[in-house]
Amino acid sequence: MSISRRDVLIGGAGLAAGASLPVPSIAQTANIEKGATLRVLRPTKFVDPDQTIFNENTEAFTKATGVQVRVDYASWEDLRPQTAVTANTGAGPDVVVGWADDPHIFADKLIDLTAVAEDLGKKYGGWYPVAEKYGKKDKTNTWISIPMGGSGGPAVYRESWVKEAGFDKFPTDHAGFLDLCRKLKAKGHPAGFALGNAVGDGNSFCNWLVWSHGGYMVDENNKVAINSKETIEALKYAKALYETFIPGTLSWLDISNNKALTAGEIGLTQNGVSLYFSIKNSKDEKTAEIGKDLNHAPMPIGAGVGRPTETALVINAMVFKHTKFPNAAKEYLRFMMEKEQYDKWLTGCFGYWTQPLKGYAQSKVWESDPKILVYRDTWERALWSGYKGAITEAAGTVNAEYVMVQMVASVCAGQATPEQAAAEAERRAKRYYRT
Amino acid sequence: MTIAAEARPTTQPTQSWLVRLFDYKPFLVFICLLPAIGLLLVFLSYPLGLGVWLAFTDTRIGRSGIFIGFENFESLWHDPVFITSVWNTLLYTSVATVGKFGLGLWLALLLNNNLPFKSLLRALILVPWIVPTVLSAIAFWWIYDPQFSIISYVLVDVLGWRDTYIDFLGSPWPARWSLIAANVWRGIPFVAISLLAGLQTISPALYEAAMLDGANAWQRFRHVTLPMLMPILAIVLTFSVLFTFTDFQLVYAITRGGPINSTHLMATLAFQRGIPGGQLGEGAAIAVAMIPFLVMATLFSYFALARRKWQQGEDND
Repeated sequence: MSISRRDVLIGGAGLAAGASLPVPSIAQTANIEKGATLRVLRPTKFVDPDQTIFNENTEAFTKATGVQVRVDYASWEDLRPQTAVTANTGAGPDVVVGWADDPHIFADKLIDLTAVAEDLGKKYGGWYPVAEKYGKKDKTNTWISIPMGGSGGPAVYRESWVKEAGFDKFPTDHAGFLDLCRKLKAKGHPAGFALGNAVGDGNSFCNWLVWSHGGYMVDENNKVAINSKETIEALKYAKALYETFIPGTLSWLDISNNKALTAGEIGLTQNGVSLYFSIKNSKDEKTAEIGKDLNHAPMPIGAGVGRPTETALVINAMVFKHTKFPNAAKEYLRFMMEKEQYDKWLTGCFGYWTQPLKGYAQSKVWESDPKILVYRDTWERALWSGYKGAITEAAGTVNAEYVMVQMVASVCAGQATPEQAAAEAERRAKRYYRT
Repeated sequence: MTIAAEARPTTQPTQSWLVRLFDYKPFLVFICLLPAIGLLLVFLSYPLGLGVWLAFTDTRIGRSGIFIGFENFESLWHDPVFITSVWNTLLYTSVATVGKFGLGLWLALLLNNNLPFKSLLRALILVPWIVPTVLSAIAFWWIYDPQFSIISYVLVDVLGWRDTYIDFLGSPWPARWSLIAANVWRGIPFVAISLLAGLQTISPALYEAAMLDGANAWQRFRHVTLPMLMPILAIVLTFSVLFTFTDFQLVYAITRGGPINSTHLMATLAFQRGIPGGQLGEGAAIAVAMIPFLVMATLFSYFALARRKWQQGEDND
């Protein structure tokens, strides 16, 4: 469908006249197509206010522009297949707020969002470098997606128990961290990190472990590089660390550490901010009491990257070329990232989806509770799956197939030596990275 | 008379071709079968055919593939995780089936006696089978939890028989046995109720005759009950083997195939590779690799157990 300049002018003029606004409306300035409607697909809420506020913001967009928007919520496991079907059939939603890697897999089916991204960057203090990595097509300056938020996974620990173990501050190096875990175990409050087939928490822990030791799955040219002496060091460290864990972590799924921390069985794990709020706001008094004792800290730095590293669960919005209303779609994304909407969403979700734009670090939400402050800098610490290479389909598969997690788990279980495990991970990764 | 005779041929051509068509029996048969055949083609044959086709391509989620022949199967042949999943599936199916049949037959024999509250008991027995699998899987997931297991709680905190909680799912063999136990628990009612139906069709006269001949309880079971039960046993066995072989939910909900891929069944591995892993072609290849096993299992239990020799003794062919 082609839209002439005249159509747009008429549409815009009609709207402006109807609203009798003195200033040009958004619909005018953004050249929104006449009679535009949008369908948006995004993952379903994880924290309650997410969906409510997202819908409110969408309604505000409809009010401001007259563009009707329908938002569909897909369960987390369904989102990727649905995105793929949309991409392959060239039908369905115009805008998909998909998972981190997906815009890169369907890059040639997406419209260029460079203008929107650059405007937003200028207005809101710039994008974090990792956000640029997620937004731009590999090795270009073309934006194919707008990263909307990321949920980080720093350390979550019981303050009093860490103190009891003799640590006034959460350790920032590997040796101190191991020492802390040993002492926590001795005091009967061991650490626990998921080593089962837990796609979120398992990868989160194992990525940190390898990255912070200087290992990585692939190098800058997407050549598999996991079988390195840094990885083997990381695995030796993992074995020692595993000895201090609560028993059974090899079978832990994503929810297991939440259960164990809530029940007071463990003193230290890694998680998104949602766990803190679910404990703090618990109706059960004993559980709510635990909330007062919880705190967060970045995982130890190590020699690897020279700064803390973390895996973030990222949502990354894209607009498909098949949309009839590209201007409306671009404007929608811009609108949702503007302060009036974004800050409300960020704050309402207690910082669950943290900001990819530096300016929002000033948001009131980060002053609301000093204990969640560490999540503010999620995007400064975050690396992507497939680090140091490109964000590709292969990187996504390696993540989903637990290559990193099972490498670590097999060493911890005593099934493989660090050397064998690294070689096996290399073999598996190569299979997905072959061209 | 002549008028009537003349009128007859004149009415014949007025019958429309439609009426004649519907009077034509082969056509009628075809029309009546069409809805059923249509459903089968669209919802069974097409997906099955597509699955088989995908197994010979390198299709991924988000990208259509090209024909690559047996490459998927070749790479699976050298894939230790796939080989483990085949062994796991065979072990899981055979042990769970034996367990289900042993316990199910026993339960059926008990229920066949005159018990108080017989109907109520029979209804209760069906509960594990009625509960949606995912719910019972989640219940077992809690039972096997390393921190919150009720079994561990009773053994450690109540009885004090053990010092540490049992790590049901943390290492390969305990995890496999735990899953098999969960599957047996779920499968018993189906076997028990089906066999109970079979038991009730056996005429009491046969038992009376056997008793008059001086047969003891074991002999009555061996020479009356078992042969009479054999036909239904064969059917139930076939179904049970098929259900167990293709089981997915229990394993996926409880271990996701872990620890370290040691409990993957072919069905869970096919899903893992195909959907979360995105390698649709490879996932389809794993699913297709199940077909020969399923066909063999079906043929074995169906033909072997339906043989008269097995039913009625060695000398009766």
